[in-house]
This record gives sequence, C-alpha cells and structure tokens, in this order.
Amino acid sequence: MTTPAPGTATLEVRALHKSFGALKVLEGIDLSVQRSEMVFVLGPSGSGKSTMLRCCNRLEEPDSGDILIEGDPLTGPGVDLNKMRQRVGMVFQSFNLYPHLSAMGNVTLALRRVQKKSKAEAEDLAIAALAEVGLSDRAGHHPAQLSGGQQQRVAIARALALKPTVMLFDEPTSALDPELVGDVLDVMRTVKDHGMTMLVVSHEMKFARDAADRVIFMADGAIVEQGPPEQIFGAPTHDRTRAFLSRFHG
Amino acid sequence: MEQIIQQFFNVEIMIKALPLVIKGLGITLLICAVVIPMGAIGGLFAAIGSLSPNRAVRWLSIGFVDLFRAIPPLVLLIFIYAGLPFAGLSLSPFVAVTIGFFLNNSAYFAEIFRAGLLSVPRGQTEAARSTGLSQAQTLTYVTLPQATRNVLPDLLSNVVEVVKLTSLASVVSLGEMLHAAGLVRSLTYNASPLILAAGIYLLLLWPLVRVIARFERRIAS
Amino acid sequence: MEQFLDTFLNPVVLAKYTPAILQGTMVTVILSVLIVLCGIGLGAGLACIRAYRVRLISFVIVIFADVLRALPPLVVILLMFFGLPNVGILLSASVVLFIVLTLVLAAFAEEIVWAGITATPKGQWEAARSTGLTFTQTLFHVVLPQAMRMVIPPLTNRAIAITKMTALGMVIGVPDILGQATTAQSFSANASPLTLAAIAYVVLFLPFVIASRWLESRFASPGA
Ligand SMILES: Nc1ncnc2c1ncn2[C@@H]1O[C@H](COP(=O)(O)OP(=O)(O)O)[C@@H](O)[C@H]1O
Ligand SMILES: [Mg+2]
Repeated sequence: MTTPAPGTATLEVRALHKSFGALKVLEGIDLSVQRSEMVFVLGPSGSGKSTMLRCCNRLEEPDSGDILIEGDPLTGPGVDLNKMRQRVGMVFQSFNLYPHLSAMGNVTLALRRVQKKSKAEAEDLAIAALAEVGLSDRAGHHPAQLSGGQQQRVAIARALALKPTVMLFDEPTSALDPELVGDVLDVMRTVKDHGMTMLVVSHEMKFARDAADRVIFMADGAIVEQGPPEQIFGAPTHDRTRAFLSRFHG
Repeated sequence: MEQIIQQFFNVEIMIKALPLVIKGLGITLLICAVVIPMGAIGGLFAAIGSLSPNRAVRWLSIGFVDLFRAIPPLVLLIFIYAGLPFAGLSLSPFVAVTIGFFLNNSAYFAEIFRAGLLSVPRGQTEAARSTGLSQAQTLTYVTLPQATRNVLPDLLSNVVEVVKLTSLASVVSLGEMLHAAGLVRSLTYNASPLILAAGIYLLLLWPLVRVIARFERRIAS
Repeated sequence: MEQFLDTFLNPVVLAKYTPAILQGTMVTVILSVLIVLCGIGLGAGLACIRAYRVRLISFVIVIFADVLRALPPLVVILLMFFGLPNVGILLSASVVLFIVLTLVLAAFAEEIVWAGITATPKGQWEAARSTGLTFTQTLFHVVLPQAMRMVIPPLTNRAIAITKMTALGMVIGVPDILGQATTAQSFSANASPLTLAAIAYVVLFLPFVIASRWLESRFASPGA
C-alpha cells in the first residue's frame, strides 16, 4: 500500500445523498476523518447514522456523492469493491458472527479467502487479533458459547485482523447487557491507542467524552454541528443538539 | 389366515425372488446415487436463481420450480420415455428416469434450499461482504452452510421421497426393485415378492423417517 | 417446427382424444377431492387421538404413520390391487387408488398436525385448563386454532404432492388423465395425448402450487 499524500484524509465523504424510495435519508453529508482520529456520531434514532456508515462500506449504495479512502474512491467505475472493503472494517450492533464457525474461523475466513493467506499465516494473524481483544483463549469457541460482550470482541477482531485503514462501529454496545458494555469499550480504547482511525455511532456519552477526538451531531440526514467533545457536550450551539443531549443527562 | 400367509408371506417364493429383487435394489440405489446429487445441485441453482435481484432470472427460476411441482413425476417420465421417441429422440429407460427425476427433484430441492437461504439473517451476508468476500464466497462459506443446517430435516425428507420415487421407474421397465418384485409376482400369481420389496423399502427408509422425526422435534424445541 | 407440432400437438389427434382426456380429468378431480378430504380428516383425527397420550394407541398411530411414509405408494397400490383378489377381496382400481393415497396422506397429515399440536406452548394448555376448560375443549378451542397457522403450508404442499400421485392409477388401469392419455397415445401412435395430459395436470395443479407459495410467505413466522 502506498502512503497517501500528506493532508489526505483517511476517510472522506463528500456530498453524500441517499434515499429509500421517496424517503430522503441522507441529504448531503460532508465529513472527513483524519488518520488515527476517533470520531463519534450522535443523533436521534432514524436520523440516518447507520445509513451513512453503511454507505462508507457500500452495504448501501449511495445515490450520489463520493467516498474516498486515503484518496482512493470507493464508488465509481472500475473500483474493485471487495478489495476496497478490506480497507474499511465494520462492526455491527448485532455482532453478525458466523454461528457455524469458531472464533478462529470467523476471523480467518476473509484472511484466507480474500487475502489468500495460507492457513498458518491466517491463524497467526487471527491469534494476534484475538489477543488484542483479550480473547486468545477463546479461539476454539463457537459464537453460541460466548457472551454477548465476547461475541462483539470477536467481531472486532474479525475486522481488525484484515488491517483496515478505518473502522466503522454501528452502535457496538447497544445489544449488550449493561455489565458487558465496559469490556467492549475497553477494547475500542485499545484499538484507538494503537492508532486506528475510527468512526463510531454510539450513545455511550461518557466514553465519547473521554475517548473521542471529535463529536458529530446528526439530525434528519444532515450534520447539524460538530466539534471537540468538550464543546459539543459543554456548550452545544444548536437547539436540536441541546434538546437531544438533555435527554441523556436526565 | 392360512390363505393370507400363503398369498402374502410365502417364504419359498420370497427366497426364489430374492436374487432378482436384490439385483433390483442395486439399480434402485444406483438411480438414487445419480439423481440425489443432481437434483440437489439443480435445486440449489434454482433456489439461488429464485432469490436473484435480476427479475428475469428470478421469474424463470420460480417458473421452473412451480411447473415441475405441478406435473406428476410419472407423467413427466412417460412423456420423456414414450413421447419423445415420436420426435426421433429415443432414450434408454435409465436416461429417461434420470432426466425425469432430475427435473422433478430439482424443483423440490429448490424449494427447500430457498427456505433455508431465506432463514439466514441478512446481517450474515452484510458481515461477510463488509470483509470483502465476494457474493459467491459469501454463499459458499457463510450463508449456504447455515441454510443447509437449518433445513436438514427437509433435505433428508426429500431424500426419502427420492428413494420412494425410484419405484416409478418400474413403469418404464427399468429393472429396479419394484419392477423385479412385480415380475416375479406376475410369474407366480403370488403377492409375496411385493411384500419382500416392501420389507426392503421399510428396512431402508424407516430408520431415516425416525431420524427425521427426531431432528424435527429438536429444532421445534 | 411443423413436425414438432405434428408430433406433440397434432390437431387431428387432439380433436379426437380431448373428450377422453376431459373424462380422465373428471376422474382425477373427483379422486383428488375425495383423497384430500378423507386423508386430511383422518390424519387430523389421528393426531387429536394421539394428543390424549394413551400409550398403546399412540404407538399404533406412530407405526401406521411411519410405515406409510416409508413405503413407496406404488408398492402399496400393487400389493392391494394384485394381492387382495387372491384372498377373495375384489376392489376396483379406482377404489384401491383412493384407499392407498388417502392412507398415505393421512399418515403425513397426522405427523404435520401432531407437530403443530406439540409446538403450541405449554402455557396455552395451562391457561385454558386453569379456566376450567376440559382437555377436549382446550384441544379444539385453544390449541388446534393456533396450530393451524403452522400446519397449513406444509399440509398444502403435501396434499398437492399426494393428489398428483393419482397419476399412479394408470399402472393398474384407472381411467384418469394419464390412463386415458397413455391409451390414446398407443392407439394414435402420436405423442399429442401425452402433451395434452401434461397440460391438463399443469392447469389443474399449478394454481394450487402458486397458492401454496403464497400461503407460505403469508404464514412464514416473522424472524424466521
Ligand atoms: N433498507 C431500508 N429501506 C427503507 N428505509 C430504510 C432502510 N434502511 C433505513 N431506512 C430508513 O432510513 C431512515 C434512517 O435510518 P438509519 O440510518 O437506520 O437511522 P439511525 O441509524 O440514525 O437510527 C429511517 O427512517 C429508516 O426507517
Ligand atoms: Mg442505526
């Protein structure tokens, strides 16, 4: 992989539009995430956060706009989508681990079939990724034998093992029992500390305050405001942001 | 009572019929060995087609499946075996049986695989595609293994149906088990060879029927 | 093309044998309706009897259902048609076909309805019994109505598959669609009667196949 020109964003979204039928879900999103930055996305349910994230991996096809990974386009003619997807890791709210494969099998599948690594090489990489999420002793377990928190950590390892340029998290802790949330957040913190670029949709406000470099507030398919966490949480400028945040302070 | 034993459970006649019936069993198993894999593969492709985003492919696949679910397999078989020769296309009984059962069977396997593929949550495909697996790889390594496991009882059930279906081959004089038993019956005017064949079918299929019942109970609970 | 039509859709042959095949269609329809009504009725009845869980009776029902699901129907048809006269029981080909297919459908229907009954949560039985309903009342007013949802799609599929087997009657000389068509085919030395038979079956069964597809998508449990 070539090093991008200095000043190039790791993830760049330009004028992204997306509708489902008559429903306009994204109405011109512009966003750039710098190398090793952790950007948090907040917003009411239905505001288009998931759709934006899914467009960044083309699980949803954008209607118009550009998505660039280190300057390389993700959309447009001649793009090798499967190759580009290797550079964009995705972590889902519902984990989506493959139930018929062990933790090891989950992590090695794309390493072997897409990156064409040998079995031994893939397993070494998988063990390293599982160690990073603190689960090297669970490599042989199937998803059904793991707690929700452990499943989500395996899912993070699955994305991490491919050495992506940027990782997308869609409410990674929303499906978890409260006592399991901490482990997953700790793992995300470690991943960040190792220099990963991360775009995170989540309502873990405390974590956002502590760990995020920047917070974005979205509503009705558009970015309403953004800034460092102290500013967004401490002195939001928009009414909608204030209204949204007040519900979380209870 | 005496008469019933004489007419249906005549051991002497059964022993006489045994070599021919066993030979027929071999042909029965041969038909199964050819038709089951072919039908499963044909059905899998039809199932994938029936879920295709391409409208034409989807309707063609569904049309194929529905057509061959509507036509009785015996009608298909006789059409192929006795009808096609009029167009100059004479097929051996074995080839006619293979083609007829393949078409019939693909339709049934297709419905089962389709249900199986639909039972796999969408998130599985999304997770696989998000790691860069192609559509074909996702199917091979992620969705199909889960789909197959989810419909295993139905797949096994269909295997039982195929074994039973092979008895129709007797109608076109392919010497499978029922044909062999029927032949001895017509020579001896005694139904015991048919009982013998029935016994062998039971021996072959009853365990499978039980296994399926157990599977179904486990999945239901 | 011309030769193809001559062989498979010959107008002269079609004109001559269409009445016979229409007659055969009537036979197929009547047999099918009787088999579906009696087979499902008998099967559902057996499943209800099994719900009372009397050991010996349940055992007999299970054996009945297993054997008829494991045996090829054609074997049973030949056995009855050729075997019974030897012990002094004479039945016409149509009656043999009706009896065998009714029993086969009953065997499958019993298993399907039974699965529906056992899949109904235990809490439903307990709730109904706690309000003073008898076992029989609970079965008929609470459990069976709920089981229907689960039972109708597989029952429809099975009923179609088994009524299609009326074509097996041709082997013992039932004058149904296929029986009429094979006779006509051998007299006319032309494949058109067989084409006509295939069309007749498609016209007869395709609507049910399509309906079953619709039923399945309608009754498909959410999240499945
Ligand atoms: N596949 C889809 N088809 C139709 N509408 C959709 C689809 N996915 C999302 N939507 C709609 O788009 C809007 C935004 O959804 P989403 O991006 O999931 O919001 P968020 O993640 O912020 O809650 C919602 O109104 C949702 O109902
Ligand atoms: Mg969402």
